[in-house]
Amino acid sequence: MKEKKSIMDRIAESNRSVTSGIDEKDIKNWVNIYIMGKAYKVPAGVTIMQAMEYSGYRFVRSAGCRAGFCGACATVYRKAGDYKLQSAMACQTRVEDGMFLVQIPFAPAEKASYDIHKEKYDTNVFYKYYPSLAKCVSCNTCTKSCPQDLEVMDYIQAAIRGDFETVAEESFDCIQCGLCAIRCPAEIVQYHVAQLGRRMYGLYGCETPGHLTQRVKEIQEGKFDKDFENILKKNKKELEKMYAEREREKD
Amino acid sequence: MPEMKYIGGYPEYMRELIKKVEKTRMKRKDYEPPAMSKKEREDTLKIHPDYAEGGKRKISVGPNKGEIAPNELADLLEAYPIIEENEVDLSRVDYDVDVLIIGGGLAGTSAALWANDQGISSQKILLANKLRHGDANSMMAEGGTQAADRPNDSPLIHYLDALGGGHFTNKPEVLQALAKDAPLIMNWLLEMGAIIDRDENGDFVERSGGGTSINRMHACRDYTGMEELRVMRDKFRNRDFQYLEYYPAVELLTEENGKVSGAVLWNCETGDYKVVRAKATIMATGGFGRLHIRGFPTTNHYGATCDGVILSYRAGAKLRDVDTVQYHPTGAAFPQQIVGLLLTEKLRSMGAQPVNKDGEAFVFPLEPRDVEAAALIKECYINEKGIITPTGMRGVWLDTPLIELKHGEGTIEKNFPGMFRMFNRCELDMRKDPLLVFPSLHYQNGGVETDPKGHTNVEGLFVGGEVSGGVHGKNRLMGNSTLDCMVFGRRSGINAAKYAKKAKKPGKLTLNHMKNYSSTLKKAGIKPERRAPILLPDYRGKAVLARMIDIF
Repeated sequence: MKEKKSIMDRIAESNRSVTSGIDEKDIKNWVNIYIMGKAYKVPAGVTIMQAMEYSGYRFVRSAGCRAGFCGACATVYRKAGDYKLQSAMACQTRVEDGMFLVQIPFAPAEKASYDIHKEKYDTNVFYKYYPSLAKCVSCNTCTKSCPQDLEVMDYIQAAIRGDFETVAEESFDCIQCGLCAIRCPAEIVQYHVAQLGRRMYGLYGCETPGHLTQRVKEIQEGKFDKDFENILKKNKKELEKMYAEREREKD
Repeated sequence: MPEMKYIGGYPEYMRELIKKVEKTRMKRKDYEPPAMSKKEREDTLKIHPDYAEGGKRKISVGPNKGEIAPNELADLLEAYPIIEENEVDLSRVDYDVDVLIIGGGLAGTSAALWANDQGISSQKILLANKLRHGDANSMMAEGGTQAADRPNDSPLIHYLDALGGGHFTNKPEVLQALAKDAPLIMNWLLEMGAIIDRDENGDFVERSGGGTSINRMHACRDYTGMEELRVMRDKFRNRDFQYLEYYPAVELLTEENGKVSGAVLWNCETGDYKVVRAKATIMATGGFGRLHIRGFPTTNHYGATCDGVILSYRAGAKLRDVDTVQYHPTGAAFPQQIVGLLLTEKLRSMGAQPVNKDGEAFVFPLEPRDVEAAALIKECYINEKGIITPTGMRGVWLDTPLIELKHGEGTIEKNFPGMFRMFNRCELDMRKDPLLVFPSLHYQNGGVETDPKGHTNVEGLFVGGEVSGGVHGKNRLMGNSTLDCMVFGRRSGINAAKYAKKAKKPGKLTLNHMKNYSSTLKKAGIKPERRAPILLPDYRGKAVLARMIDIF
């Protein structure tokens, strides 16, 4: 059994750089970056987030899922010799030599309060809660700032037209990091507008499948209660048999 | 040393190996290895990290004394508190509420909404988050949510699938609640305006998952958990709840009789604390991926450090099934910056196959997760047919181009926009090239034992979601975790509300349980070296830590 133990040890060893802090002796290639103005030499090929940790930053804010879903690690940066401000998620973006970077830990954007069940399914709902929508100058800054590469301006225009489906479709992959709202000269809160639009579309624009309604009714009427009573009485052997004999549906 | 040459995101030598995958692809399009027999499964599982020798020990104190747990968990159960009794003034109560909810993922947020629906004012409910509201594993759930809502399916088959997947160790009455509530939860999501994948007739698109016999996986592209959580968080924000962010719970509070009556929260930016008195407390803190059990990378979010289990255990809550850990078969193994991240099981549901370095499909793609993970480890470390990355990790291919071959061009971009985007950022095209995968620590199968109503054995303490134990037994199936969160978030919310309505005003708040636990640790001869909960992992560079001076 000694061999098996060593397999686990070998696996642990090969993962060390992602399960604990990076050790400089494992690093072959380096880049130089600036974190809030200070210069640091960090391993090449790691994310902005890993590079900051390597440099000694321990995150409380500006780190969440570490996988590109939660929008907590919005980062603004500039590259050496380039005037353009760029934005990205720190957990999803590799460091590059000469990056000047800062993290945006919080977007102080206002979310309207509403009850979608009391609203009408037309474009007024957007203006009612987010009147700044009317100020959109179609400058496309929101789209350029989106780390998910969404066509933000397009869905804002769709909201202005009352096209809920396009709002939902185009904004679906929004991780609500807030970078669009922070950059918008018209001070629109795009990601909140999109959330309202998606919920309205989900409620009013999509039908509930009939079989779901039917199943909910069956459950509420107790259709499965007796069968559950029976199955809960079965012993392990009987259950194993039922499990082994169940039919598999083709995908 | 010369830099390695990369072609389309892969180093040259891996590019060469990919040719072997391409060579066999057309043949594999209509072939997959058969599902394993019971005996084969058992043999394969011997190499699973749960069953491979070492890595675990007996817990030496507390309600589960003598039972087995992974070393990393046992270390935290056998650790001293992070606060001292004399540091906290319990006579000054900052929040006096009916229901305190610790953790704001799908479970905690569901609990808040349903407790409110029971008539508890949103101002008498407090939701405390360690990070931001919604920074949770729920947000990262890609693959789907199970619900038996089609005519050819039934909650009983759902029950049976989950029971077999859990090796018949699930708590039956709790699992029954999961399967039976699932369609109701799906309906609740639609009422909130969640957008769930539909076909051209408006019906749900429902797919298979590892261990399911009927297609019942509901997805929202590959952002399932994100869509579910953001609609309910939006609803939450419309209702004027009290909530705190960056305020982890550092200890529960108990009364003289042992009943849980709130918690001490700690502001992780300013360092001061808040005392919360609550008639009912719901623990919804999620799991333990960031403990990196057995040195595995993880798919989990930054805050998944097992806090809820540790705090509940000190207050006397019994755990179950904490001896098993779920490793997701397909975590990313390349490139380095995304190692461990989840590559959803839905990829395999839609036809992607695990393939070894010779281009052979070596395992049925949809075994239960533990079996599939063990098969991948075996292929890499016993059969020696893995691919070694430039940093020394091993992995096998997950042949994603098969998805497009089977379902047509454009399928990947449509169904996996998040993943497609992630690999594009790494200069990899998953439509054309396979991905490299290796199991990644994914889920805490067990936890604080729950009953069907979300009760623990400790009065006043409820649980929901990954922190709890029982519903999945010793192995969870895909699509049952988001479901668990919503079913038992709802149930714990409803029952905590009912309990709070009947409960008297809480008595004197104490930290007696903490004091008692510390003295038990002392009696067991455990040195005060470790403290818990750890709240966040530490990934700072070794070189910096070696030169750090603690001044303020």
